[in-house]
Amino acid sequence: MDQTTLNFIFVGASFALYFGIAIWARAGSTSEFYAAGRGVNPVVNGMATAADWMSAASFISMAGLIAFSGYNNSLFLMGWTGGYVLMAMLLAPYLRKFGKYTVPEFVGDRYYSQTARIVAVICLIVISTTYVIGQMTGAGVAFSRFLEVDSTTGLIIASIVVAVYAVLGGMKGITYTQVAQYCVLIIAYTIPAIFISLQLTGNPIPGLGLFSSMQDGLPGGIEAGTPLLATLDGLLTDLGFNEYTATTNPWLMALYTLSLMIGTAGLPHVIIRFFTVPRVADARWSAGWALVFIALLYLTAPAVGAMARLNVITTMWPNGVEGEAVAVEDLPDWFRTWEVTGLLGVEDLNGDGRIQYYNAGSEAGAALAEANGLEGNELVTFNRDILVLANPEIAQLPGWVIGLIAAGGLAAALSTAAGLLLAISSAISHDLIKSVINPNISEKGELLAARISMIVAIILATLLALNPPGFAAQTVALAFGLAAASLFPTLMMGIFSKRINSKGAVAGMLAGLISTCLYLFLYLGWFFIPGTALLDSSQYLFGIPTTHFGPIGAVLNFLVAYLVSNATEEVPQEIQELVESVRIPRGAGAAVDH
Amino acid sequence: MADSPSNNEYWSANIRLVTICLVIWALASFGFGILLRPLVSGIAVGGTDLGFWFAQQGSILVFLVLIFFYAWRMNSLDKQFGVDEE
Repeated sequence: MDQTTLNFIFVGASFALYFGIAIWARAGSTSEFYAAGRGVNPVVNGMATAADWMSAASFISMAGLIAFSGYNNSLFLMGWTGGYVLMAMLLAPYLRKFGKYTVPEFVGDRYYSQTARIVAVICLIVISTTYVIGQMTGAGVAFSRFLEVDSTTGLIIASIVVAVYAVLGGMKGITYTQVAQYCVLIIAYTIPAIFISLQLTGNPIPGLGLFSSMQDGLPGGIEAGTPLLATLDGLLTDLGFNEYTATTNPWLMALYTLSLMIGTAGLPHVIIRFFTVPRVADARWSAGWALVFIALLYLTAPAVGAMARLNVITTMWPNGVEGEAVAVEDLPDWFRTWEVTGLLGVEDLNGDGRIQYYNAGSEAGAALAEANGLEGNELVTFNRDILVLANPEIAQLPGWVIGLIAAGGLAAALSTAAGLLLAISSAISHDLIKSVINPNISEKGELLAARISMIVAIILATLLALNPPGFAAQTVALAFGLAAASLFPTLMMGIFSKRINSKGAVAGMLAGLISTCLYLFLYLGWFFIPGTALLDSSQYLFGIPTTHFGPIGAVLNFLVAYLVSNATEEVPQEIQELVESVRIPRGAGAAVDH
Repeated sequence: MADSPSNNEYWSANIRLVTICLVIWALASFGFGILLRPLVSGIAVGGTDLGFWFAQQGSILVFLVLIFFYAWRMNSLDKQFGVDEE
């Protein structure tokens, strides 16, 4: 059986499973559409949250980014898990106690203002749409490889599949489908990682293999018994790259990590999950269970990154970096299949019939070029987002593993895109139409509005994903910056302060959202449309890249909210009592009534 | 009921617990994982140093322990102060 048929079988079977569950659990009433009737067990909810959370960015993109910049990109690992600590301690139990359906609903009630609610809806839409762009980018890469088409066609197919899938079911469909998706994606991620870890280090647990020593009999002149990371550092230095384990800029790294952490806790589609557990105590456990299931992938990802980087080097330099580079006709098959997508490219610049991969921009690289007559790095294109999907092929694993990873990557992108679209549609239909524009809308009308807003969001995100502002994980990181700057501070102050009033909250949210959007748009183009950027990366304010801006927007939000609240009226008595009641778990059941 | 002294005590106990947890949270990630990495660079772990291990494995394990510890402590505080859900 050839590879394409195998891919079709794996992807087809997993999709049949998701659609089956979505149809079986098709949402009837609005309550079920949004919050699964609040009957979800914490372990199940944790697993579904993990699937919702781990998107194309975690599955497809993250290990590739770590592989190509080593230690520095550990910020994704810490940032995207550390946020759950904030979530569990600062938000989840209180929002569950509050007992409503959506994030803007909490903002509107706590700040006793329709304006605050509408501003929260706007924040939510901006955050989620940016996030969906990243998912579409990742799903597009996966589809283009698996159907062997160019990346634009892959993207369009991805958006159609997401649309059909997300519009079919509500949260209930999504909760149980997401459990299935979690299982598919975690198996798909860990099986190749275990194989590769065994091949390279003999240790079956990738997270431990990362710190183990090399096996005997590996190609590329690798010495047995040397630790894997030391081997990788040595190879990279010889080729003129930075050491894998070296630190570049710890302060910027800390800022980026912080942005991802507080962004995690401010993401509406993740927060919404904690509305679906039966009790406040369960909201706390749910955050823990979610992190357990997330950690299974996140502890494996750094091993996938390092091992794939090592395998790429030994593929390009089969006789060691001192020996002859790989000949053009000896390039492995995965090169050919990925070249079709346009995401991987080689060019024999010096015409010696071999492909030399090195860092031409460095001193060591220049010396290497001088000594061997090289005219530049000949592995001209290597899109970071293909690394995880190509990983089983790079390690020469059997065909079914490749089919499995295609299914897993699509599960990751699909589950998150669906969760985000649900958050967008519930914000528009429930928070905007039902409570502001037309309170008399029927349940049917509300569901219809929810579905139409999903479709509009998908079309918009697909158009923007044609020229994405970065690799999947980087685009997603921008969404985190926006969440960190806008919703997180407002939610946290709503629980931990009785002094912040409606004017303060609205001013704070707007300050955080507008400053962050402006910063992104100035450097990345208005609404991420290519060619409209006014400034370039050499002109960053204090050298802060766009992906790192979240915490600065958050500080602005906190500051503005505090100052404006202190200059204006006290919070009304009944709202102070509401804050008091949100802080204690007792009576959570009663608050559920809607 | 809202301003009863025991509710205030419950809330300050919660804030204390959250503060302790977040100090550990920051120490494992921003501390050993990033900014204090040079301080622990003398400790070798499988071909690299302790800071690298914290950044790619250790911090995640610490986060897990923190959340479960917090959930367990809070659920018993709820009972102790009589504010748990029946």
